[in-house]
Amino acid sequence: MTLVKEAPVRPVKERSAAPDAGRRGRRRENLAGYLFMSPWIAGFLLLTAGPMIASLYYAFTSYNLFTPPQWVGLDNFTTMFQDPRWQKSVEVTLKYVVVATPLKLLLALGVALLLAQNRRGQALYRAAFYMPSLIGASVSVGFVWRALFSDDAVVDRTQKIFGLDVGGWIGNPDYVLYALVALSIWQFGAPMVIFLAGLKQVPQELYEAAEMDGAGPFRRFWNITLPMISPVLFFNVLLESIHAFQVFGSAYVVSDTRCGPADATLVYTCYLYQKGFKESQMGFASAMAWTLVIAVALVTAVLFWSQKKWVHYEEAAK
Amino acid sequence: MTSTTSPVADTAHERRPIGSLVWHVGALLVLAVVLYPVIWVLGASFKPSKDIIASLDLLPTKPVWANFSGLADGISGISIGSFFSNSLMYAGLAVVGVVLSSSLTAYAFAKIRFAGRNLLFTLMIGTLLLPYHVLLIPQYVLFRNLGYIDTLVPLVAGKFLATEAFFVFLMVQFMRGLPRELDEAAKLDGCGHLRTYWSIVLPLSRPAIITSAIFTFINAWNDFMGPLIYLNTPSKYTVSLGLMMFRDQEGISNYGSMIAMSLVALVPVVAFFMAFQRYLIDGMATSGLKG
Repeated sequence: MTLVKEAPVRPVKERSAAPDAGRRGRRRENLAGYLFMSPWIAGFLLLTAGPMIASLYYAFTSYNLFTPPQWVGLDNFTTMFQDPRWQKSVEVTLKYVVVATPLKLLLALGVALLLAQNRRGQALYRAAFYMPSLIGASVSVGFVWRALFSDDAVVDRTQKIFGLDVGGWIGNPDYVLYALVALSIWQFGAPMVIFLAGLKQVPQELYEAAEMDGAGPFRRFWNITLPMISPVLFFNVLLESIHAFQVFGSAYVVSDTRCGPADATLVYTCYLYQKGFKESQMGFASAMAWTLVIAVALVTAVLFWSQKKWVHYEEAAK
Repeated sequence: MTSTTSPVADTAHERRPIGSLVWHVGALLVLAVVLYPVIWVLGASFKPSKDIIASLDLLPTKPVWANFSGLADGISGISIGSFFSNSLMYAGLAVVGVVLSSSLTAYAFAKIRFAGRNLLFTLMIGTLLLPYHVLLIPQYVLFRNLGYIDTLVPLVAGKFLATEAFFVFLMVQFMRGLPRELDEAAKLDGCGHLRTYWSIVLPLSRPAIITSAIFTFINAWNDFMGPLIYLNTPSKYTVSLGLMMFRDQEGISNYGSMIAMSLVALVPVVAFFMAFQRYLIDGMATSGLKG
């Protein structure tokens, strides 16, 4: 500031020095910026961008790690699309994503609405409900799940009360995927916390005004709450569905290490793992990975496109 | 926030005791479902192996310690302590790496004006949405060529290179919220960026750093796929892999001890959660609002 003010009274010679100092300052800022960023830049080039390019190349080769990759054109993709186990893995993954994500978000939103009312013990409940999201991915909880859903355990005996006699879900190809869905729903706490934060931002005056106009609780939810939290809902849908596409650990631990029985929990990542790391078909596995990336990118694009229709950002509302 | 002080909300639930009852019944019901598996594993660890699946009692009628003393023998000649110290080493290195690299990167994004900053920031956010599968195989090939298979290097290298974009993002958001006057004052006092980062911004960013550190610890502790792919020697296995080895080799004969070890493996995560739950939940909440 002071530099600019003084500049006019200075002799011409020194005035030309000022932009010079500015340029030097800018250069110094650039240097500092890139020095501070250097770990990220190295990580981005070595562990993200570089590997992505390598993987794209492998996808068009036959590569078993021991001999150099050999170009095979689109072979991996044509074999993949005709492979019944690949088709099965797509089917299993889609079923998992489509069933688990909406149920988990519905429960998260429902419980968030409950907790948004200020009552005694609210913070304690919030903490307790969040805990499964932290431990749900562990092998320990995988074992617990396996036990709870096996023959004669609690789930089996409860369903018998309701006349459903299918045995434990773990050994049953028709049911085992739903044990994984249940494990995903159990971890509703993370999206719930995000919903809660969104609900707290809804101005209280809106509800008061609506109440005076005679709007009931359902109308208030539909016309005020839902539009106001739609950005948070969008964020949760995006994050949770991308997550669900990548499920692996629970399929491997809860069912069995081959993601069976009868490939019933052969989620996409599990098949990719088998192809890449058990059968050393790195080319095929890379083709699978890129197909998934494109699928996830499409889902993301569709979600972003659809948000124009249902997500209300504050600027738009004004 | 407003509803805490709003008189309308207060009178509303004073007037409706039935609403309050419904609320507490609902909350308790959800709590029961959420806690059931946790209490189950606690109870099962103190039951004789044969009762674990079949008995519906949540807590044992007569607690036994045999499952825990059975752990002293280790699994296939490897002591249980070895798995825990390997996990601790992995998680500890991950925390140091994430805190250092993410805070440096976040400082650059939040406090330094340099050419190309917006472009790099967009790239960084983009990596948040990238499925990690596409990196799985080429990274494995890379670390194999470098001779790092069966070491912790592939598991922690990314943490030291700020590839955990979520934490960078979290810290950027936090640092942007710090009063600008502070680093301007530091600049006038002749502080360079390194001094400003180390003695002003870093100490003030403590909440964001704690959140990132705890999440990183828990993620590394729970990590299953990374160790599964990169670690081959049982003496280098983390707790996750140790548990899987337990199941494959002794799971049926020594079921009680396997469940007891599952419980012990959960203890650090639950303890950290209880101590720092505010930081974790607030960290999650802000990520959603600003994302």
